[in-house]
Amino acid sequence: MSALARLRLPQQTLMRHLLLAAAAGVVLYLISLALDPFNNLRLAGVAYYFTALAGLTVLTGLNGQISLGHGALMAVGAYSAALLVGRDGWPLAAALAASVVVTAFTGLLVGAVAARLRGPYLAGATLALAVGLPGLALRYPDAFGGENGLDVPPPAPPAWLGETFPLERWQAWIACLCALITLVLLANLVRGRVGRAFRAVRDDEVAAELAGLNVARIQVFAFIVSAACAGLAGGTFVVVTSLAAPGAFQLPLSLALVTGVVLGGLGSLAGAVWGAIALVMLPDWSGDLARALSLSDRVEANLPLAIYGLVLIGVMLAAPGGIQGLFRTGFEWVAARRSTWRPTDDLIDPQRPTPRREEQS
Amino acid sequence: MSRFLDLTLNGISNGMIYAAVATAFVLIWRATRIVNFAQGAMLMFTTFIAWSVIDAGGSYWLGFVVAILSGLILGAVVELVLIRPVEQAPPLNAVIVAIGLLILLQALAGMIWGGTPRSFPPAFSIRGYNLGGHHVLFGPFDLFIVLAVLSAALLLLLLFRGTSIGLQMRASAFEPTVARLQGVRVGRMFTLGWALASAAGSLAGVLIAPAVFVGPNNFDAVTVFGFTAAILGGLDSPLGAVVGGLMLGVALSYVAGYMGSSLVTLAALVILIAVLMVRPTGIFSAAKARRV
Amino acid sequence: MTSIGASRQRLSGACVLAAVCAFVIAGCGGGGSGTSAPGVTKDSVKIGSHQPLTGPAAPGYSEIAPASNAFFKYLNSQGGVNGRTINYVYKDDGYNPTNTVSVVKRLVLQQKVFAIFNGLGTPTHTKVVDFLNTSKVPDLFVASGCQCWDQPDDHPMTFGWQPDYVVEGKILGDYIKKHFAGKKVAYFYQNDDFGKDGVKGLDMYVKSQVVSRQSYEPGDTNVGPQISAIKSSGAEVIAAFTIPAYTALAELTSVKLNYKPQLVVSNVGSDPITVGGLLKAFSKGKAGAALIEGLVTNGYLPSVGDTSNPWIDLFKRIHDRYDAKAPFDGNVLFGMAAAYTFAQALDKAGKNPTRQGLVDAVEKGNLRGPGLVPFRFSDKSHAGFTGAQIGTIKGGKIVYEGTPVTTDDGAGPLKPYTEKQPTPTEQGIVKAGD
Repeated sequence: MSALARLRLPQQTLMRHLLLAAAAGVVLYLISLALDPFNNLRLAGVAYYFTALAGLTVLTGLNGQISLGHGALMAVGAYSAALLVGRDGWPLAAALAASVVVTAFTGLLVGAVAARLRGPYLAGATLALAVGLPGLALRYPDAFGGENGLDVPPPAPPAWLGETFPLERWQAWIACLCALITLVLLANLVRGRVGRAFRAVRDDEVAAELAGLNVARIQVFAFIVSAACAGLAGGTFVVVTSLAAPGAFQLPLSLALVTGVVLGGLGSLAGAVWGAIALVMLPDWSGDLARALSLSDRVEANLPLAIYGLVLIGVMLAAPGGIQGLFRTGFEWVAARRSTWRPTDDLIDPQRPTPRREEQS
Repeated sequence: MSRFLDLTLNGISNGMIYAAVATAFVLIWRATRIVNFAQGAMLMFTTFIAWSVIDAGGSYWLGFVVAILSGLILGAVVELVLIRPVEQAPPLNAVIVAIGLLILLQALAGMIWGGTPRSFPPAFSIRGYNLGGHHVLFGPFDLFIVLAVLSAALLLLLLFRGTSIGLQMRASAFEPTVARLQGVRVGRMFTLGWALASAAGSLAGVLIAPAVFVGPNNFDAVTVFGFTAAILGGLDSPLGAVVGGLMLGVALSYVAGYMGSSLVTLAALVILIAVLMVRPTGIFSAAKARRV
Repeated sequence: MTSIGASRQRLSGACVLAAVCAFVIAGCGGGGSGTSAPGVTKDSVKIGSHQPLTGPAAPGYSEIAPASNAFFKYLNSQGGVNGRTINYVYKDDGYNPTNTVSVVKRLVLQQKVFAIFNGLGTPTHTKVVDFLNTSKVPDLFVASGCQCWDQPDDHPMTFGWQPDYVVEGKILGDYIKKHFAGKKVAYFYQNDDFGKDGVKGLDMYVKSQVVSRQSYEPGDTNVGPQISAIKSSGAEVIAAFTIPAYTALAELTSVKLNYKPQLVVSNVGSDPITVGGLLKAFSKGKAGAALIEGLVTNGYLPSVGDTSNPWIDLFKRIHDRYDAKAPFDGNVLFGMAAAYTFAQALDKAGKNPTRQGLVDAVEKGNLRGPGLVPFRFSDKSHAGFTGAQIGTIKGGKIVYEGTPVTTDDGAGPLKPYTEKQPTPTEQGIVKAGD
């Protein structure tokens, strides 16, 4: 661990993040080579959930705006990508970029409404969005494919990768690339001036306004950013599952995104990774557990859901900071034990032991 | 003209159910500043319990009373065990606990009673009243729904305005620290608030059960609309809950009747956004000035 | 950036990587080579399915897979098919197409099932049809009446089973035209492929009599506006393509309005036990039978209440032994009858079944079983039952009348089908004497 600590990363935020992301990219590449097709699909699932959760955790954790409607925003991204690729034949990268733009615009509209609302009223409005928006696809079945949704051919791996290159690995690569791009961009945002503005607005709106920040504009911008992430997640979703149907974007998806964000650790990008893993793996693990217990049909079918509910309650009661919060408590415990450092801007008598700093966010 | 009457009466009957669910949301918000997303699952569970009593041979009214009582108990237990630990935490934590409880209760109901929807008897006949040879979409049972919800709202109003317990509950919600200094058992008031809210939800459950059948997911729509109504009327106004519920019920009935049932959820979204744009904290809430 | 923050970030990053590696280790494994008969061993055959076991679509449909499984368990107790027991792995997709895709891919890629059997739902199954066909996995007897399963050129591995909704519409429409000529007709249908295809079939016969068309969204239980509109239109017959909950709701709303139309309901929504159960509390103790008495419907399997029928007798005995918790209703019958057809196809695929062999066995046709009408399986058609028989609910049971009729999806006429139904043991799948 101390050898790693001595590794000197560039001081510049962007360079540092790009290097870390490149390293992560290499690791993910190696992992994708080792996994069988189904697990590559799971990896892709973790990637697109991460993309959505990262945006949502910035919105809710950093900027303090709750949104129960991000499933609807993912739907906007998914349908945009599906229409452009499936119906209009656009190349994939252009379609994904376009779906980000379309969803960001939707985020602008939603954010403009949301900027006036607080707390439960914002929750209610976004809930209504989550419930009402998928209905558009049913109302205009000719444009949006109705209940069966749109069929999108999966992206074919390019010829130079070889004939037998598994489709699932290619899908995982696309999803992971999008996730890494999101990670770098958001990490920069979070550490920069915009991130500080988000936090300022979250912590005390009046003080932020007095300090010269335009609160409404910042809140709308937060919505735009998180919507763009949701849109990219939706587009990646289409790439991985080849479908865009209303049944995939109902209220449970929006609720799953919120629970994933909090389970993983609100406000932290690493938390978004944990949340994404939990969202993909927890249903499968609990399903396997249920089957292994060979209970009656009714109990077995409902056990995964019961476990999910219990996990949510348990984590909130026992570890309100989520999984990342648990890790952070662990770090601080370890760091406190090894404390031979002093904070650099310590103004108190150096002979007196300083109390451990509790860092916000 | 008779179609308009039918749709209006149908809307009033539905609207009253939304009002009852909205009242439950409002009560909990006023008592503990938490939105109880598990409200729908809680009322589903108590309705199932009532159904079991009736199915085992009990009378309707026994089932009715059991529903309300189990609502009181369930609300109190949930507050004490699950919500008390997160009352001081950021509000999102309570939201997640509530969502977890929602999922857990639906899964438990599926395990205990299975997914097959059950038939729940109405308190009175469902046959519509005969107005000039035309049977309208409003019968003795619908009248009972309206009267029951209004009585419950009135009882709650009397409780809050006219009794010492009500005063203590309002004080605990408004300023818990000061209330404690005055000797109010704030924790007990929170529990009582949740118990009453859950009982209001259970009332809504048995009133709507005949029309939606009793199943783990059958009360989802009513919960969403009830929450929407609560937001419409203002989360801290019980009067707003009733008015919001009625408004929403009637408006959605007109939308279903004149524009098509596929537009109902979209219409709810539009109505909600329209109202919130004008009054960001609902129609009846006290406007809080935050001009800087 | 302070050194604390940097080291924390590095530790964070390291932990994230460690977690991903753990995830990989957990996920690694299973990568066996493909054989021509994955899922088939010396003494077992593994098949999979996706079903809505939980969620809003679960009512009724969640009974089907356990019932099929009960039939397979019975067969296994008799020695299985060609000496192999059938291992039926059905997974919950909650009627959410995202879950369907992941569940089916897991079944095929990880658990290496031999075939997918009785996948349920149109919006769900349409999302896996391409995958199953490109992976050359037999996709047998989809539990949906969509016409989309009948595409032998594009989807050679996919086969339907139940009569599609257009066929049902035609048969019901023909009945209305013959028995309610001149009367006003209203449609009440689910606003998706099920309802709209049914309406397509109905329109071929009774379009000129229709005075009102009302649809409903599943999930929105307020059907007052629709039924009152139908009543105002003066319709005396309602042709309904509804699921059981909405058949019951239509009944209840009609009672509210003191409106007594003749209901003609698709097979999907007419099971007397399911619908009667939902109406039980409204008829003061009597099992809701009074409200559905006289309802006209169509069916392609023997009536659930007809215990004199050898198939019903067999299925009831299997149900009582292996699936007793569920009510013995139309869903259970559906599950067992479909399982029978699968067992028959597997038997015909021979002592060493391959995936293509199974598909060929179905296409060869002549799979006769509990159906009242034959299947349309051939190398040119992958559609299931070709027709149905009209029945009326009397005393809580469906009582058939006339003869079964067969027809096609297009403008073809209805032809009576008069061959006798075989008994269970004649095909050799089920051994005589139990």
